[in-house]
Amino acid sequence: MSTILEVRDLEKTFGQLVAARDINVSVPQHQTVGVIGANGAGKTTFINMITGHLSPTKGTILFEDKDITGKPSREITGLGISRSFQVAQIFPTLTVFENMCIAAAIAHRKPGMFGNIMTPVRSAETTAAAEAAIELFQIGRYRDVTANALPQGVRKLLDIGMAVAGSPRLLLLDEPTSGISIEEKFDLMNVVMSALKTRKITVLFVEHDMEIVARFADRVLAFYDGTVIADGTAHETLDNPKVQELISGVRLKAGAHA
Amino acid sequence: MQAGAQWVGGLLLLVAAAAAPFLPNWVVSLATIAFANALVVLGLVVLWRVGLVSFGQALYYCIGAYAVALMGRWIGFTDAIALVLLGGIVAGLTAAGIGFLLARYREIFFAMLSLALSMILYGVLVKTESLGSTDGFSVLTPTFFGYAPHGAQLSRALYWLTLAIDAIAALFVGLYFRSVAGALAAPIRDNEIRVEFLGVSVTSIIHTKVVIAGVLGGLGGALAAMTIGHVDPAMAYWTTSGGFVFVTVLAGSGYVAAAFIGSLVFEVVRSFAVDVMPQLWQMTLGSVLLLTILFLPEGLGSLVSRLKRRVMKPGTAP
Repeated sequence: MSTILEVRDLEKTFGQLVAARDINVSVPQHQTVGVIGANGAGKTTFINMITGHLSPTKGTILFEDKDITGKPSREITGLGISRSFQVAQIFPTLTVFENMCIAAAIAHRKPGMFGNIMTPVRSAETTAAAEAAIELFQIGRYRDVTANALPQGVRKLLDIGMAVAGSPRLLLLDEPTSGISIEEKFDLMNVVMSALKTRKITVLFVEHDMEIVARFADRVLAFYDGTVIADGTAHETLDNPKVQELISGVRLKAGAHA
Repeated sequence: MQAGAQWVGGLLLLVAAAAAPFLPNWVVSLATIAFANALVVLGLVVLWRVGLVSFGQALYYCIGAYAVALMGRWIGFTDAIALVLLGGIVAGLTAAGIGFLLARYREIFFAMLSLALSMILYGVLVKTESLGSTDGFSVLTPTFFGYAPHGAQLSRALYWLTLAIDAIAALFVGLYFRSVAGALAAPIRDNEIRVEFLGVSVTSIIHTKVVIAGVLGGLGGALAAMTIGHVDPAMAYWTTSGGFVFVTVLAGSGYVAAAFIGSLVFEVVRSFAVDVMPQLWQMTLGSVLLLTILFLPEGLGSLVSRLKRRVMKPGTAP
């Protein structure tokens, strides 16, 4: 399998605070990578740097062998990397269908400087793509509901569905199950992972729930103090004594990471 | 539904154009001013949809007007159609330049910055004697491909030209609203982060809207200058911008046609208020705005939505 993402010596500092350091990761195509770590371990900073939300202080990010370090987020999206957020980023005053339509229309817009003006937001192509995404993420019963009235799980699915509308080759999910009840978490992840497998998208997902990680990740990166302390299959990483001491048990050992 | 609205709009336009020979000259002039100002309002609607209010749209209105007047004054050029286009282009170029600054701001900061820019122009014009200072100067009588109408004929010619420009602008803005860039207004208002992560530059979308509003402002100013026959710095003053915002609130942002109807209603109310209650006309206008906000918070355009709902569900309350 060819490498889709390669991160070399990545570092991010905020003044004296080192948020991420010495990160070296290579992700092959079609792999599902779980990212674990306590709060403040550098997981979201890592994702933010890959998606252009933050510029790294040092290091290189290669996507399909192309250097994307420090590029603006919209440019990175255009290259084929998309993301969802811990707090679902949707358009609350629009319906689910309208949200998907916007995402689909942007994805199918004509190229060039005037592409945004020359492309109608409602065309047979964008409408069909929006309907297909709604069906893929199984939120059809909410199709005409305004997004601000949606349950949390559906908001998450909509957020991820919009991120997928642009047919990315790499998708980064920041805590896709946060704010979701334990009963719903597995259902939501089943829907998401099945949809992403259908589209053959490489996935990196940040997650706190180890059961979710063990079930859905082919490979797990464990972050601690801004760097990767373990990298292997889900079994290898989660059974790593260092990971168990510093991450898995961190919530049990109050104040251990503070 | 869109095609139906376009047909109705086209029909109303034809009726308005055909009525000109049968209307008194003062009505034609009043309607011309109203429809010229409606272009500025349409520009404000473009901005308003994305959640931005410009309290300085008179900047482009004044630039369009002065471009027309100065072409006559400097080189004696008087062709109405070319001058209108020139007014739009000059104002659009100005908007394109200052848009780099404006597109970075939101909410009250956008409103105040736009106001400040228009007041800078006002200050410059007031202090520039070669441009007529506070008195301004006259606009040469416009011509149409060499033909020079006078009196009522000139009024009607300008009225028809204004209607034609309005029709083109309405068609363009209608198409724009249905494009990705136009439809992104609500998403940008709701959540700029998601728009950026879908791969669109919010700043460039807003910049484009500033330019469209600027061009429309310039076209409106150019038509108004030819109709009034005079330009002065008050065209850039904040009360002029405030008047356009007033009409935008009155019209609402739901429909393109509302800008034209709102502007016409405003001019009619103002003219009658000045005629009937010369000392209290501002109070009358204020009352109209108050009633609009109370009973039609989404403007006159929302009457169409209410009517549609009534037609779709006969017997139900609006």
